[in-house]
Amino acid sequence: MAKLNMVQALNLALAQEMEKDDSVIVIGEDVGVDGGVFRVTDGLIDRFGERRVVDTPLAESGIAGMSIGMAIYGLKPVAEIQFSGFAYHCFHQIESHAARLRLRSQGAVTVPMVLRAPYGGGVRALEHHSESREAYWAHMPGVKMVIPSGPRNARALMVSAIRDPDPVIFYEAKALYRAFREEVPDEEETLPIGESQIVREGTDLTMIAYGAMIRPVLEAADELEKKKGVQTEVIDLLTVSPLDDRLFTESVKKTGRAVIVHEAPRSFGPGAEIVSRLVEKSFYHLEAPIARVTGFDMVIPLFAREKAYIPSAGRIFRAAVQALETEP
Amino acid sequence: MPREEFKIPDRVETLSILSADGSLDEELAPAIDDDLLVKLYRFMLLGRRFDERLLNLQRQGRIGTFPPVSGQEASQVGPVSVLEEEDWLVPSFREAVAEMWRGRSMESIIISASGFSEGASEAGGENNLPVSVPVGSQMLHAVGIGWGMKYREKKNVVMTFFGDGATSEGDFHEAMNFAAVYRAPVVFICQNNHWAISIPRSKQTRSKSIAQKAVAYGMPGIQVDGNDILATVAASREAVDRARDGEGPTLIEAVTYRMSVHTTADDPKRYRKDDEVESWRAKDPLTRFAGYLSEKGLLDEEKIQAVESEIKESIQAAVDHAEEKMKSMGDPMDMFDHTYEERPAYLEEQRQFLARELKEEANHG
Repeated sequence: MAKLNMVQALNLALAQEMEKDDSVIVIGEDVGVDGGVFRVTDGLIDRFGERRVVDTPLAESGIAGMSIGMAIYGLKPVAEIQFSGFAYHCFHQIESHAARLRLRSQGAVTVPMVLRAPYGGGVRALEHHSESREAYWAHMPGVKMVIPSGPRNARALMVSAIRDPDPVIFYEAKALYRAFREEVPDEEETLPIGESQIVREGTDLTMIAYGAMIRPVLEAADELEKKKGVQTEVIDLLTVSPLDDRLFTESVKKTGRAVIVHEAPRSFGPGAEIVSRLVEKSFYHLEAPIARVTGFDMVIPLFAREKAYIPSAGRIFRAAVQALETEP
Repeated sequence: MPREEFKIPDRVETLSILSADGSLDEELAPAIDDDLLVKLYRFMLLGRRFDERLLNLQRQGRIGTFPPVSGQEASQVGPVSVLEEEDWLVPSFREAVAEMWRGRSMESIIISASGFSEGASEAGGENNLPVSVPVGSQMLHAVGIGWGMKYREKKNVVMTFFGDGATSEGDFHEAMNFAAVYRAPVVFICQNNHWAISIPRSKQTRSKSIAQKAVAYGMPGIQVDGNDILATVAASREAVDRARDGEGPTLIEAVTYRMSVHTTADDPKRYRKDDEVESWRAKDPLTRFAGYLSEKGLLDEEKIQAVESEIKESIQAAVDHAEEKMKSMGDPMDMFDHTYEERPAYLEEQRQFLARELKEEANHG
């Protein structure tokens, strides 16, 4: 057991899986000697050599397409896209092939690959380096979209993603990379992909979020308890797609009130699907309109203004108060 | 540093062995044993006749749209004929005869062309990928497979097919570049059939040849007469040997012509002249090869008729089998299989919804 930040926890997951299985290959731009621009693959090249930690030419579609071929051949590539804002180059390969080869071949050809990419704002980066576009992948049948919210679940989910028989898009919140440390056990730990978690129990209100938004959500929940005596239940999706709606639809049946939080733009964002599931499955228990606290429907502004764009604990708190004060 | 010509290490060559007029360059002719020569001819003819039959079935409304191979038989059969069973084939979508050489049944092609996904699961051996429709995108998969062969220290080769249109795609560039950087055992076969639907080769690239593009990536390129089966075999053999010996990828441009439609939904009269098509008919790969085999005493009228009728029967049997098999296919519920290994809960809910709907529709229309 060691206290690790998310970068170290992901590194641990990669190293342990590479140790266990020689079909696991790390591939991407600057993942080798440089250890990745965020150092997630740091030291892997020294331990496993250039044969298994593969620096690529600068071409994201190439990385995705080559990884698909490697996975078809029976390897388990873990590809890094340096920033999720450059993953659009991969879109064609993932949509046209990774997501479909299983179906196209009626199960004969599968693509067990992981595409990792840092996402989200809050680190004062350039344009294309701060966006949250997980909805693109969540809308894509045949791939899984996973977003951890801290070091321990990042490590466990990465292990599961590498072992998953289907392609997994794995977004890592840059804002969380070095934000805090958690106890991460040395021994193997996995978390099932496609299962959400209750990270705070409560009876008055349900908050649904994932990734970097879990921290401000928990902060808002604490404030609500302190200032209003409100017990908030917080659901961490962990997997955006396939969306696990069991916990949050049950939770809202109990609380009657829901606040959904994501950094991604609002329209057609993950929140829209969550609202739909709540309307379909928890409608008669709702006591207030469902609130969404999200990014605005625009490209995230350059960093001088990004703080105003990203949902804050205060904004979440106020949305919750409004949901709580609405009389049925 | 003075101004002088840059010396590029890789070469671009052209190769033609058996000309359209039947003349043969004996020195360049690859050694091919008699049985294989006859087999090559049989497959080329099978490709042609199967095409004709599919076109016929399509016009009768018995199958959906498909991309014919007519005219390109030597560009396909030659290259795949030099592969070993453990080698891999990564096709695009116009390589029916190459797929059949690798073991794909005619039935499965008919089943696919009839809109049943079951057709793909019957595609040949393990080392052959299903067809890939988005132009050029499959080339990168070949690179990943080739990388894997090298990693696993296998002496295998992966061959991927694409057309002249694909060379404009970014994935062509990325695949060529990655393959060369990793010296992956990939053989790139560009079937330059001169037309990407209505766009002629001249509007696809200003390059004098497609083969020369290889030089930019640091691999050899060769432009072969794609209607000359001896040339496609010779060039492919060399490229496969290079790849197998760890010397990396090769680009082969097989210059050929799409004698028929792009797909059955296309009308080439809108964009190309009959004269051009006729000029290529004179360069037909089958006529030329039949002449060569006759000279060698491997083929005569009687033998040709025997092959023709054997092919006719096998195609008829495939059509019959496919139509028989398709009678029991098409359960809509099957569409819920194979999106993920394990079906998510919401997809199971959608499956059950459709089951109820279908029951309702059956009961009440």
